[in-house]
Amino acid sequence: MVRKPPTADVGARVDVVRAIAAARLEDRGPLMPVLHDVMAEFGYIDHADVVAIADVLNLSVADVHGVVSFYKDFRTAPAPAHIVALCRGEACQSVGAEALYAAARYAAAAGDYGPDTEVEQVFCFGNCALGPSGTIDGRLVGRLDPDRLSALTQEWRS
Amino acid sequence: MNPICWVPQDAAALSVGADEVAAALAAAGAEVRRNGSRGLLWAEPLVEVETDPGRVGFAQVTPLDVRPVLAADTGHPKCIGVVDDHPWLTGQLRVSFARVGVIEPTSLSSYAEHGGWAGLRRALSMSPEQVVEEVVASGLRGRGGAGFPAGVKWRTVAGTQADQKFVCCNFDEGDSGTFADRMIVEGDPFTLLEGMTIAGYAVGATEGYVYVRSEYPHAVATLRRAIDLAYTQGFLGPDVLGSGVRLDLHVRVGAGAYLCGEESSMLDSLEGKRGEVRAKPPIPAISGLFGQPTLVNNVLTLCAVPAIVAAGGASYAELGRGRSLGTQVFQLAGNVARGGIVELPFGVTLRELVEDWGGGTRSGRPVRAVQVGGPLGAYVPPHQFDTPLDYEEFAGIGAMVGHGGVVVFDDTVDMARMARFAFEFCGEESCGKCTPCRIGSARGVDVMDEVLAGRNVDANLILLDDLCETMTKGSLCAMGGLTPMPVRSALRHWPEDFAQLAERTSRQGAPKGTGARRGGAKHQGAQ
Ligand SMILES: Cc1cc2nc3c(=O)[nH]c(=O)nc-3n(C[C@H](O)[C@H](O)[C@H](O)COP(=O)(O)O)c2cc1C
Ligand code: SF4
Ligand code: FES
Repeated sequence: MVRKPPTADVGARVDVVRAIAAARLEDRGPLMPVLHDVMAEFGYIDHADVVAIADVLNLSVADVHGVVSFYKDFRTAPAPAHIVALCRGEACQSVGAEALYAAARYAAAAGDYGPDTEVEQVFCFGNCALGPSGTIDGRLVGRLDPDRLSALTQEWRS
Repeated sequence: MNPICWVPQDAAALSVGADEVAAALAAAGAEVRRNGSRGLLWAEPLVEVETDPGRVGFAQVTPLDVRPVLAADTGHPKCIGVVDDHPWLTGQLRVSFARVGVIEPTSLSSYAEHGGWAGLRRALSMSPEQVVEEVVASGLRGRGGAGFPAGVKWRTVAGTQADQKFVCCNFDEGDSGTFADRMIVEGDPFTLLEGMTIAGYAVGATEGYVYVRSEYPHAVATLRRAIDLAYTQGFLGPDVLGSGVRLDLHVRVGAGAYLCGEESSMLDSLEGKRGEVRAKPPIPAISGLFGQPTLVNNVLTLCAVPAIVAAGGASYAELGRGRSLGTQVFQLAGNVARGGIVELPFGVTLRELVEDWGGGTRSGRPVRAVQVGGPLGAYVPPHQFDTPLDYEEFAGIGAMVGHGGVVVFDDTVDMARMARFAFEFCGEESCGKCTPCRIGSARGVDVMDEVLAGRNVDANLILLDDLCETMTKGSLCAMGGLTPMPVRSALRHWPEDFAQLAERTSRQGAPKGTGARRGGAKHQGAQ
């Protein structure tokens, strides 16, 4: 989930987005896969992307915007350099997830995980017997505690 | 000869270092094979080395343990003996999970050697109606949460005429404390494909979708690979096994919305819309995806089908009790010493699961509460642990089996906080379509904050009760409708967590009386 630099040439990005959308025109209900593809390519969905997708898929801009805003995974601005996502589901709470989450938010705010790291909450990674669980730049880790989190994010500090 | 070692590639095993162990074993000369997880998650990474008596297991292996593993040193403290003979497994009855952890997940030959495709072959030798009747006879009920009889749903879809029908697999598995869908797909994906193909044939659907939550990237990759392989060998596509039957399967990934596990909002999401709940009727079986008749079933429901059709519905129906037939794949999670997958016929008690299989809490402290059936399920107190796991028995104690998640809490849990969390979660995940849920969840958090702070506890607990009543009765779907279930169970069984604060309040001179206790008593009376 490393941030890609915004494309210098806005026109070029729109062309890529249009091609992504066009490639799925044959699919039934192609909007979600198209939005995932754009996320994979650029890390976020720009308003210009929304307009382009709506045009290619023959949807209204409002409809596409409505879908983008409904789902948490779809970002509308570039992602931070690093993301720590921690589970706050009940199973992880039973082994200390709330304290871990609070500690991690505090540590991130204090810059302990480097200058550009976001700590997010997630409700369940399906790793509920080995909690507290989380992902570190997308990699799933179990049996987490503040020290382990600190060790796993060490290289972001330098 | 180089020893053959099995290292799980299940996401849970990876989360505690399985890849590092696999790399270390390979570097030391082992022939490494990757399996799913055996379900003994407490032992992960659980590495097995092949020997004459069988596959010998080592628990919680790190790269430092390579030497004893390669030597199959049965005297080593991490050695748990031949895994197939381990009591944690021999005590179970694995029907749906029979192959998980045993085979290489995406090896078609391995799948076939272990009984794969027997259900599909038998189904194709029967009429679609006969296949539906096998499922009816099995007594199989939906494993996604509601427990609706699968055969009845299949009959409805089969009996609805249309040019195009769909079969959709609900692999959103959003309930915290559940992971069986993920593990069966990562460990034995062809079973799901086989179940969906049988379902498609039985109801007359030629196109299928698997809707997977985005939190499961490993499962998505395994599933995609399995589908590609199945196409190349004619298990999917225009002419399944030369029978002339068609099924095309597509994988669709969600985008971080719990509500998309509710079937109608899943269908909206598949259509490329916001995942909002549709008013029923019409039911999806009659008008579902793109308005066409659609069979929606959970992963575990569909994965039970190949075994049912292969052996006949009647033999599946011999397992279980009452109207809860067959096996349920329980998922032991949370603060439990030995968490993982326990597949058993319905009727096992919570006590057996939590104490015998689970070994009590991971912290070593007493068990205080167990939440069964996900975030919308009730908290069950120890004095009810002898209730058999059965849909009706659980409904009788104001709880639910749901998707089979069993989350254990020790005596440090604050049940008033868990009640607050139920509202918070509902607020985070509500689609906002109806008022009781959208506004009620926010009000619920406010009310619980007041209770937790010890302010006007008496009055606030009355408010809480009203709120629960409104949400239960007035919500369009079970998100808002069932959020009161964990809340009320917490209040009913642990009134002291609400009362303690009230007492603290009265000591501070705020409203007198033990309102919370009265509130608790009232709930007990209402039960
Ligand atoms: C809020 C909510 C979330 C749900 N999440 C899931 C889920 O993640 N997986 C699932 O199979 N069913 C889920 N369901 C149940 C589905 O609506 C539906 O009953 C189920 O997919 C039908 O399949 P089954 O009969 O095989 O269980 C959910 C229901 C609600 C109300
Ligand atoms: S109960 Fe909640 S989630 Fe369900 S339809 Fe109403 S607002 Fe949406
Ligand atoms: S509850 Fe945390 S991973 Fe499931």
